[in-house]
Amino acid sequence: MSDDSLRIGFIPLVDAAALLIAVDKGFAAEQGLTVDLVREVSWSNVRDKLNIGLLDAAHLLAPIAVSSTLGIGHVKVPLLSSFVLGLNGNAITVSPALYGALAAAADGDLSNPNSTALALARVVAQRRKSGAAPLTFAMTFPFSMHNYQIRFWMAAGGVDPDEDVRLVVLPPPFMVDSLSSRQVDGFCVGAPWNSIAVELGIGRILHFGCDVMARAPEKVLAVRTAWAANCGDVLKRLTVALVRAVAFINEPSNIDEVSTLLAAPSRVGVAEEIIRRTLEGRMRMAPDGTSRVNPDYIIIGRDGAARPERVYAAWLYAQMVRWNQAPFSADLLAAAEASFSPDLYDLALSEPTSRAHAASSVVSSVVPADHIGAFAGPLFDPRDVAGYIHALKRPAHGC
Amino acid sequence: MDPALNIVIVDENPVRAAILADGLREAGYTRVTRIEETTSLLARIYSLDPDVIVIDLENPSRDVLAQMFQVSRVVKRPIAMFVDQSDAAAIEAAVDAGVSAYIVDGLKKERIKGILDLCISRFNAFARLTNELERAQNALSERKVIDRAKGILMKVKNVGEAEAYALLRKTAMNENKKIAEVAQSVVTAAELLK
Repeated sequence: MSDDSLRIGFIPLVDAAALLIAVDKGFAAEQGLTVDLVREVSWSNVRDKLNIGLLDAAHLLAPIAVSSTLGIGHVKVPLLSSFVLGLNGNAITVSPALYGALAAAADGDLSNPNSTALALARVVAQRRKSGAAPLTFAMTFPFSMHNYQIRFWMAAGGVDPDEDVRLVVLPPPFMVDSLSSRQVDGFCVGAPWNSIAVELGIGRILHFGCDVMARAPEKVLAVRTAWAANCGDVLKRLTVALVRAVAFINEPSNIDEVSTLLAAPSRVGVAEEIIRRTLEGRMRMAPDGTSRVNPDYIIIGRDGAARPERVYAAWLYAQMVRWNQAPFSADLLAAAEASFSPDLYDLALSEPTSRAHAASSVVSSVVPADHIGAFAGPLFDPRDVAGYIHALKRPAHGC
Repeated sequence: MDPALNIVIVDENPVRAAILADGLREAGYTRVTRIEETTSLLARIYSLDPDVIVIDLENPSRDVLAQMFQVSRVVKRPIAMFVDQSDAAAIEAAVDAGVSAYIVDGLKKERIKGILDLCISRFNAFARLTNELERAQNALSERKVIDRAKGILMKVKNVGEAEAYALLRKTAMNENKKIAEVAQSVVTAAELLK
């Protein structure tokens, strides 16, 4: 096996775990790979450096892997995703004031996203009637699951995220400050920022991302398609190292070691306890101490979650079409689907080293029929994206 | 050169921003504004309504600018990054220097090429200055640690200053290390043995 050097970019988030552990536990080295991890401050940086070849691979928002491939919103650079680094992991947090307003307006249980979405529509209508400024919500990037999750939730209650509220991009480190200074009323962001808002007593987690979509493709390991064509063997070995890493991460007895490694200042750089609670899906929801446990809060490769199903790419493209980020065409759909490569993943999984570890991951949740499992709307069918979008555009009810 | 162009600099580093703003003014651009605050960045940008936005790559707010590419009601003027399929070399030089530029869509590239070149050269100059400063500071702290190690050796081994220094140098040569590294271990050891 030859020795190869790779530069891989990442954003300090818990869902970079598979990549970070693959390097820090020596699984990449076992595959003859010397990895230089490059910590970045923005998705724009990761995308641009990957595009121009300063990085060989990157921990990337799954929607960017698709939008870059299609040339939507930015330069067209086809990317290939051979591994899903994380499903889920986000949450929607609101200010205590908005939580109170939603509670007053809701018919049902506030843990049900249908009830809260309808309540949001009522709050929005009341504010409009009384001449109050529209509510402001923040998410992390136009091409992000955060954007699609918060939009999906709002729209399910009949709120138009482009007309009825302000929806803005904010870098995660600024989210909490903006909530406390009341510049935003709520946000959708990944760990640890929701927890930090709760700890500070200025926010309340309304929903986990997995309440909105059971299995949302959040982050992928992406490379340039052109690079993959030249370095297929390197990519395969990197994927094998990632398979090994997710098996290690999902072994419950390793949680302390994993949390310690990820907490290092050069890695995610937050307290071990926050990382452990995130990985276990054990979260404080409100300043009063209410807590909740859901092992699907974040899924790092468990239950075959790392397999880059083509339906994820199709679904992400459908969200771009739904929210007017992209036109619909059969060609773009096909290009999006081709950018996710379950074949490469399966090839890596068929390696003897992988097989031993793949078998050890325990299946503990059921994969939804359409792989996504949204709380509302039709099942997603990649062969009928137009029909899916049309069905979602039905006039809303409620308020 | 087009002095009428309205240029906004988003940079949290005041020194670098000042160097860049000075450079742009020297080059004849009169409408140069720096935005410091990171909150409500987009609102500030919209109120300034720039033709060109320059932002440093260490700034997480780059992702906020990504919103300007979106077609939605909040966007007054569409903005594009100064790059297209043919511009790989330009963006590579910019990213290398740690800067990125966005321009109003439709603005001719030739009109802002000079601005981008100037940003790149000023950012590179700033990086060189910072490196030199860092090296000077390192040299200073190295000298301090060597002085302390010399003092420790003089006291413990009861030797003169020249001899103490010679001892450090010889050990450094034998162990293939820098004198400052050996001096640091002497200081650390002395503290442990206190």
